[in-house]
Amino acid sequence: MYAQALNAKDAAPAIAEDPVKLAVFQARIDAEEKIEPNDWMPAQYRRTLIRQISQHAHSEVIGMQPEGNWVTRAPTLARKAQLLAKIQDEAGHGLYLYSAAETLGVSREELYDQLLSGRAKYSSIFNYPTLNYADMGAIGWLVDGAAIMNQIPLCRCSYGPYARAMILVCKEESFHQRQGYAIMLAMARGTAEQRAMAQDALDRFWWPSLMMFGPHDSNSVHSELSMKWKIKRFTNDGLRQKFIDATVPQAHYLGLTIPDPDLRFDEATGHWEHGVIDWDEFNRVLAGDGPCNRQRLKHRRDAEADGQWVREAAAAYAAKQRKAAA
Amino acid sequence: MPLASPDPRAAWLMRLGDASLILGHRMTQWLSRAPTLEEDIALANLGLDLIGQTRALYARACEIEGGGRDENALAYRRAEPEYRNPLLVEQPNGDFAVTMVRHLIFAAYATPLYERLSSSNDAETAGIATRSAREMAYHLRHAAEWTIRLGDGTPESHARAQTALDDLWPYVPELFEADDLDRDVAASGFGVDPSTLRGDFDAAVAGVLARATLAKPAEVRGQRGGKAGRHSEHLGHILAELQVLQRAYPDAQW
Ligand SMILES: [Fe+2]
Ligand SMILES: [Fe+2]
Repeated sequence: MYAQALNAKDAAPAIAEDPVKLAVFQARIDAEEKIEPNDWMPAQYRRTLIRQISQHAHSEVIGMQPEGNWVTRAPTLARKAQLLAKIQDEAGHGLYLYSAAETLGVSREELYDQLLSGRAKYSSIFNYPTLNYADMGAIGWLVDGAAIMNQIPLCRCSYGPYARAMILVCKEESFHQRQGYAIMLAMARGTAEQRAMAQDALDRFWWPSLMMFGPHDSNSVHSELSMKWKIKRFTNDGLRQKFIDATVPQAHYLGLTIPDPDLRFDEATGHWEHGVIDWDEFNRVLAGDGPCNRQRLKHRRDAEADGQWVREAAAAYAAKQRKAAA
Repeated sequence: MPLASPDPRAAWLMRLGDASLILGHRMTQWLSRAPTLEEDIALANLGLDLIGQTRALYARACEIEGGGRDENALAYRRAEPEYRNPLLVEQPNGDFAVTMVRHLIFAAYATPLYERLSSSNDAETAGIATRSAREMAYHLRHAAEWTIRLGDGTPESHARAQTALDDLWPYVPELFEADDLDRDVAASGFGVDPSTLRGDFDAAVAGVLARATLAKPAEVRGQRGGKAGRHSEHLGHILAELQVLQRAYPDAQW
């Protein structure tokens, strides 16, 4: 998902936690109490949350780029304003999530540094290019749609600041999802060229959207502990299935074809069964070898470098003001 | 040059809308490139205000005109000579200092403009102006704060801010030059004569430049032509990008 690289192994050395504190902590979690910044928590709980929240924040920030690619070319003034407002929301989510991560004792600068140096991950979906305007519909519909599937349960995450951030974020993501679907609908009901754009967007974004949920549960290293600590409440496969079941009928309503020849409805289970996901592609993109990985990071690094003198000026001015006031 | 609309009031509102659309376009080019995440959000906000003002101004212009045109026809189906924005707003973003100084100049002109326009004899226009004046006063504050920080920040930021000011000052006179259309709509009580705004502008800018330790550039004859449809080389590229989908797929509904 937005924190799909969480499924990587925790490399930090295991610390033996105080068993009494650990038991009290687990009891609070089991009682659905929220853990707050000043409460005791196991080191690995803290580490896992920092990683998950910061990856989520990085995804929001990098995610501004593929949609930003169409703002100056949006086809009507209403669509332009809508897209601009959506991207602004995503920047706000980034800011909000960095603040939530900071409550765990890490600075935004450190987290930024991890992103820019390539050590931190962000959602693989944003390493795909946006090639036609229907991609603005497909991203809202599928990407924000997939994000909601994952984030609604996170509203009940055991860590208070993250859970509260998710409540606000989810409201906006569902608005984005509906807007995205409305764009797809307009395109699917439009001219032959627009229908072709809509189908092309679905063709390119369908599989990467399914990959947003991360590896199959059988290959997911972290699920078990994250579930026990209620950082995560559903498995990757469970959420992916929920997403597919919700989305396939929507695609049919649009009159578009899901690019999966093996997709079929299982009468017995009541679920849509999908074909084989190309995990090689997933691992490649996550490892940095996707269509836009280098471009996205370079864009972020360039913006940081270009803004350096501005941030220095702001700091110098603030220092002068403090000195004058003293 | 013929007017952008047969109705002078509509033509005049379109001119205001053109300025906010083109400046709004420039602002959206900053998305994901700002010096901080907070500033990315702030610049998007400025862009959203400007696009919103454009839509309101265009919509009212189209109502007054009473023809078949709508906001998208104005934005997407007119060529450079039909655009009547001042040259200032089409100048490239440059570095952050250029963008902020350009915004300072524009907002110091547009704030008193919309304040006066809020007593237009057209209630709709007055309403749009009241809201726009509030927004532009915020833009002015934001641009002024940054101009001061940059001017009184580091030697590098000071030099960049002064260069931006020197480079953009030639686009100031055009903002305040009244032509027949300006005088016509002002005389009828509908619009505002921009030559009456220069005092407010000078006062606002002088205060900011003093705090920013920046030198006010010498007054030059300046560059002009945008308000008459003769633009700099930049507008063609802006429109090529802005209009591409409507031009490539004229039959599509989006
Ligand atoms: Fe978001
Ligand atoms: Fe979103």
